Amino acid sequence: MVGLNHYLTLSAILFCVGIFGVLTRRNAIGILMSIELMFNAVNINFVAFSKFVTPTGFAGQIFAIFVITVAAAEATVGLAIVLLIYRNYKGINVDQINIMKW
Amino acid sequence: MLPYSWIIPLFPLISFVAIVFFTNRKPKLSSLVSIGAICLSFLFSLIVLGMVLKNPVTSEFKFTWIDLLGLKVQMGMLIDPLAAVMLLVVSTVSMLVHIYSVGYMEGDPRFSRFFSFLSLFSFSMLGLVIANNFFEIFIFWELVGLTSYLLIGFWFEKKVAADAGKKAFITTRTGDLGFIIGILILTTAAGTFNFTEIFHQVEAGHVSAGLLTLSAIFLFGGAVGKSAQFPLHVWLPDAMEGPTPVSALIHAATMVAAGVYLVARTITIYLAAPDAALVVASIGCFTAFLAASIGLVQNDIKRVLAYSTISQLGYMIMVLGLGGMTAGIFHLYTHAFFKALLFLGAGSVIHAIHTNDIWEMGGLYPKMKTTAITFIIASLSISGIFPLSGFWSKDEILAVASHYPNPIFLIVGILVAGMTSFYMFRLCFVTFFGKPRDQHKFEHAHESPKVMTIPLMILAFLAVFAGWVGIPWLKHGFSSFVYHHHPHHVEPDFLLMLISTIVALSGIYLAYAMYYKKSISPEKLKEKFAFPYKVLYNKYYFDELYHAIIVNPLLRLCDRLFVKFDLGVIDWLVNAVGNFTVFLSDIKEWFDSHIVDGMVNGTAYVTRGVGSGLRKVQTGQVQTYAFVIFFGLVLIILFKLG
Repeated sequence: MVGLNHYLTLSAILFCVGIFGVLTRRNAIGILMSIELMFNAVNINFVAFSKFVTPTGFAGQIFAIFVITVAAAEATVGLAIVLLIYRNYKGINVDQINIMKW
Repeated sequence: MLPYSWIIPLFPLISFVAIVFFTNRKPKLSSLVSIGAICLSFLFSLIVLGMVLKNPVTSEFKFTWIDLLGLKVQMGMLIDPLAAVMLLVVSTVSMLVHIYSVGYMEGDPRFSRFFSFLSLFSFSMLGLVIANNFFEIFIFWELVGLTSYLLIGFWFEKKVAADAGKKAFITTRTGDLGFIIGILILTTAAGTFNFTEIFHQVEAGHVSAGLLTLSAIFLFGGAVGKSAQFPLHVWLPDAMEGPTPVSALIHAATMVAAGVYLVARTITIYLAAPDAALVVASIGCFTAFLAASIGLVQNDIKRVLAYSTISQLGYMIMVLGLGGMTAGIFHLYTHAFFKALLFLGAGSVIHAIHTNDIWEMGGLYPKMKTTAITFIIASLSISGIFPLSGFWSKDEILAVASHYPNPIFLIVGILVAGMTSFYMFRLCFVTFFGKPRDQHKFEHAHESPKVMTIPLMILAFLAVFAGWVGIPWLKHGFSSFVYHHHPHHVEPDFLLMLISTIVALSGIYLAYAMYYKKSISPEKLKEKFAFPYKVLYNKYYFDELYHAIIVNPLLRLCDRLFVKFDLGVIDWLVNAVGNFTVFLSDIKEWFDSHIVDGMVNGTAYVTRGVGSGLRKVQTGQVQTYAFVIFFGLVLIILFKLG
């Protein structure tokens, strides 16, 4: 029987993979993808809690759909930024983008 | 009324303050204020004189002003016949001069200031007259000196006028040094400043004869300065640079009268110190002759009058020295009127033709009748022609002199009378008669306005009749009013009167012959007596002498002091202080640049160092930041859980 704890464990593993990706990837696209992973971990949490804690309501599911929507929008903007970075730096390695220091 | 006599000098003082502070911008109003004040003084002087005449006693009013460990400095008034007469003389002449000045000074840019000075002058002199002690009289004495300086140098744009003011001030100050030494000796000996107390002690013989003589001679030094006696007479002719009304005031009633008044006031001391009195008489006698002889040849109308004043003052001083207090004051009284008249008349002439040189005048009689007639009346009076007032006073002086064992005083007195009438009528004939010498100036000549001629007429009246109060046959005349201890009745001496009249008339005739009829040529006389003429014309070279022995050595001394002391000591000190300051500044500069700046720079340096260390943290790598955030979060969670 698959219970709440299984979902939460999966979600935690996914989130950690996402964070790891965000912190370690040098490729901007990779970072964006890792962020998507983190979103999905969160979505699993939402749906799991909705199913096991408030079985009668659908607030969790609906929130997950919102997150997916926003994530899609975010990915669009993110890819646009990456594209511009590529044009300016002839590459998308985030190590090169260090103009935010002092 | 008598206890309130102090308001007499108060009026002009109020007027002075009012003009200086309130009406300075309004000349008309200023002159009215000033004239009003002096008229009030005149009225009250009349009242005081009336009361003293009715009851001729000495009244004294005083209060202690400063108490210096027992030496009391008082302020007060001493009203006796002498003071009452002086009050009237001063206020009368001053009043007429005030009125006359309205015309003479018209249009002057400092009109108001002139009247404020006149008021201050009147205040000082009136205060001097009623003073009851040496301290007070000295204060007013110096005030008179100050105001005369202000008035003589009134037209200070002219260098000669400014110099004349300085000369008058410094010369009289020389005499004042003697005056103050005399006061100090007397006060030390008698223990008081008060006149009456000092005189009592002197008469009681409490003051040793030596000290008394010494102090009397020093006191006389003050009178010599103020009354322009030899050897300090040099300032008075130069004082002619002031406006003519001022000359009239200085010469007739105020400044120069102060010296004579001082001697008369302290006559007790001179009577007790015969040696000092002899000095006084000799100096007066010598001055009378000296000044009269200079007056014979001067060409400036006002200078002739100035030397005449010195000579007449010499007369008064001489007779005071001979003990004739009544005669001296009587002559001061009559002289005030006719000398004021002469000066105001001369002023009227100068006002009309704008020159002082008598050789540019001439034939003015038809053009300026009032001035000419009053001037001639005054000349007759000063020459001592019967029955004008000058006759009576001069006669009394000669009468006193004739009683003195040594005839020198009488002889010089008569001689001076002759010279006086000669130089006065030389002025009259050259100025008012004969042919006009400067046609252009003559055509411009005109009679002065009424405001000037009316004072002339009043003074002419006084010049004729004022002396009649002292006619020897009068039972209660001047001599039974102003006297020292006992009324001094001079027996009329007909021989003396005759001699003096003859001498005076011959002086007039000589002037007539030389300058009107021209039967004696002045030019030939000049050539014949070239040397005496030159000496007289240059006033015995007194100015040159003083320049050579006092002024120039002083200047040279100053020069040397300048090099030695100013450059050597003062400048050295200044430079030393300067160098020391620079040295201190250097130390401070080092402190500033090393300590203070070091601290400031150190702060900045440390900050920068810390900053450059810390900025390494800001990598600009978003991932680094994210890692730190994540790591921090983990730490917080662990902390919370733990």
